[in-house]
Amino acid sequence: MAQKGDLLLQMKGVQKRFGGAIALRGTDLSIRAGEIHALLGENGAGKSTMLKILAGVHVNDGGIISLGDKTFITGSPEAAIAQGIAVIYQEPSLFLDLTLAENVFIGRQPMKGVAIDWAQAQVEAARLFAELGVPLDPKRQARGLSIADQQVVEIAKALSMNANIILMDEPTAALSASEVERLMTVMKSLKAANKAVIFVSHRLDEVFMISDYITVMRDGATVSENPVSETDLQKVIKEMVGRELTELFPKTENKIGGVALEINNLTNPAYFHNISFTVRHGEIVALAGLVGSGRSEVARAIFGIDKYTTGSVKVNGKDLAKGSPVAAMAEKIALVPEDRRQQGLFMIAGVNRNISMESFDRIKGKLFLNFKKERALTEIWREKLSIKYEAQSNPVESLSGGNQQKTVLAKWLATNPDILIVDEPTRGIDVGTKAEVHKLINAAAGEGKAVLMISSELPEVLGMADRIIVMREGHKVAELSRTEATQEKVIAAATTGSKGA
Amino acid sequence: MKLKLRLTWDTSILALLVTVWIAASLTTDNFLSSINVSQIFSNTSEITIMAFGVIFLIITGEIDLSVASILALGSSMLGWSYAHGAPIWLAILICIAVGTLCGFINGFLVTKVRLGSLAVTIGTLALYRGIANGILGTNTINEFPDFWTGFGFDTIGTSFIPQSLPIIILFGIGFGLLLHNTPFGRRTLAIGQSPEAARFAGINVIKHKIIVFTFTGFMSGIAGVIYTFRFSTAQADNGIGLELLVISACLLGGVSIFGGIGTMWGVIAGVLLAGSVESWLTLREINAQWRTIVTGILLLTSVAAPVLINKAKAAKARAENKS
Repeated sequence: MAQKGDLLLQMKGVQKRFGGAIALRGTDLSIRAGEIHALLGENGAGKSTMLKILAGVHVNDGGIISLGDKTFITGSPEAAIAQGIAVIYQEPSLFLDLTLAENVFIGRQPMKGVAIDWAQAQVEAARLFAELGVPLDPKRQARGLSIADQQVVEIAKALSMNANIILMDEPTAALSASEVERLMTVMKSLKAANKAVIFVSHRLDEVFMISDYITVMRDGATVSENPVSETDLQKVIKEMVGRELTELFPKTENKIGGVALEINNLTNPAYFHNISFTVRHGEIVALAGLVGSGRSEVARAIFGIDKYTTGSVKVNGKDLAKGSPVAAMAEKIALVPEDRRQQGLFMIAGVNRNISMESFDRIKGKLFLNFKKERALTEIWREKLSIKYEAQSNPVESLSGGNQQKTVLAKWLATNPDILIVDEPTRGIDVGTKAEVHKLINAAAGEGKAVLMISSELPEVLGMADRIIVMREGHKVAELSRTEATQEKVIAAATTGSKGA
Repeated sequence: MKLKLRLTWDTSILALLVTVWIAASLTTDNFLSSINVSQIFSNTSEITIMAFGVIFLIITGEIDLSVASILALGSSMLGWSYAHGAPIWLAILICIAVGTLCGFINGFLVTKVRLGSLAVTIGTLALYRGIANGILGTNTINEFPDFWTGFGFDTIGTSFIPQSLPIIILFGIGFGLLLHNTPFGRRTLAIGQSPEAARFAGINVIKHKIIVFTFTGFMSGIAGVIYTFRFSTAQADNGIGLELLVISACLLGGVSIFGGIGTMWGVIAGVLLAGSVESWLTLREINAQWRTIVTGILLLTSVAAPVLINKAKAAKARAENKS
């Protein structure tokens, strides 16, 4: 058993190339037992490559990786697990129809003679859950568990395989605030048990709350490795982007016009009740609240992806037909959905194919699409949004997350919408790109577009919005102007439904 | 500019087609003779016509196993109505209309009643042929006007080009443009790549799929007309088993069985490859069982090859990274 502070893992000058592209150009990392170590960096800095080497998915080209006094054996996930390294991914992959105990011990069930000893498995699973501070019922099915609890099951599984280094790749990206708290409790339990936790996150506030050490990476190299007490937010951001970001949320004052979007008593009993609000031309209205409070569902209903039972949606005073994205698009509404990989993009199609998807009338001759015009259209938006790709025809799945998000934005901005709905526009993208996206959204409002923004990041909501609507459990619980909104008020409304002090 | 030959299944199939032609003309006396080439074209005409519809369907992520039964039902209706005194033009229209209706029913059941297309079209495969049986029983109608029966068979002037070939070429160009150069085609590909993203892109997925199913039925109806006149025969067991050849041709041509990927010229090459191999084996007097076995192997290859090519690419990339 490792003692607190023992050096568990050391990486020195680790390099990795993919064809001509250099992903890691000499990375260092030291991980000690009983420590939570945050790995930060913009998209493409090399964090994922590093995790994948440790997980046995990739093999490093150069450098030394040692585990205690042994050399780390690379190249297979099985070997990584055998050496005590386990990876918890953002999206857990449990067998939803099996019980939690079955999931924890899948493939390694305790045996009694020729039969599986389920009683033993359940006792063991319960013990692991208790150790993690989350007393889940080992006999229940995995189906219906929240993402956070599914991650707990994955962590229990890792512990049952005697993992002492737990890698977490953006574990909180898909979690609501209360779930994040739960996961943090688990991370602290791991720390108390003298395990080492390495985690990647773009939510810097969490990083500072929970980590002991922070390593910042940029362009495939380690920039700094500091105990959390010896660094601060500004410094970390500067190290990540290589420049100082004076303002993350460059709010501009726009001329606010007439009502563009009017929602009246919108209800879909399964998700939301009596939601009413307006968005004016040139205004940014934020829909705040916890994940699962019904915000995305309202946006989907407005755009016509889902139907609603009662209420109405009016665009510039005119009723909008329900349940028809075609009708919504005809009224110049655009929806940039929350899940860009599943909902926003056609991942195997080229960048050009994605960007032109909603603008066929702009690139069409009498009968046929004009590829030259499509190239020109793509080029215009590449330039406007500084999207980075090698060739227009490259599939968007080969782009980084930030560039994928810009591609979705380009696709919808190319339609020149009057009403722009953006759902979690900066989830999982790096700080530099975030600022660019914020600038784009502000610019859209500046052009007189009405913007409805759903976001789980409070600083983003407070920094960007002219007005904030807070939802909780399907109800609108508060509407705050820019001047009266504070972090405390929004959190209070989102979590307790109170209007705040 | 550096010209890079992309190793994809569509390009490989073209190479394979040329290889088969060379091998066949070296091992037989008259493979490339005008009469044989003409035969290859006319023997594959129904398959090609149906494949023009089925390619759209497979690209959206659906399948239609009932196309050959639609062909038979259309053909039976054509024969029955002509034998009952309908003018030939009306009988032809009835055949195409019945095909279109059958396609629409498939589409309706798949999208509105939300039954899987595999299950639905296995059902209608039996149902449509059953109805054809009900109409004609074991009767065969083979009295049709000479103009029409000649059409499927005769060549243009003294050349070896069958009269149906220009129509097929026109269709091929038209549907190639439809798939690759129009919003409709782009939406078809998009639906196959991600039905959810397609919904968020404002595509009416259900309507689009119904259109594609109906259109496939329409094409099967046309194939029914061609088949009837080419063999001068309307009967209930016309075209039995052709659905497998149609789907094989699409997969051979590089259409992904999972949807979202496919090119029109790939499918045309796929049909020609299947037809050429068949003709080669026939000229070599290899018996029917062996021909079926070869078709099966070709089909398996077409499904396995893209996967193997991808694996080879990945291995190559790994080797490059190590060096």
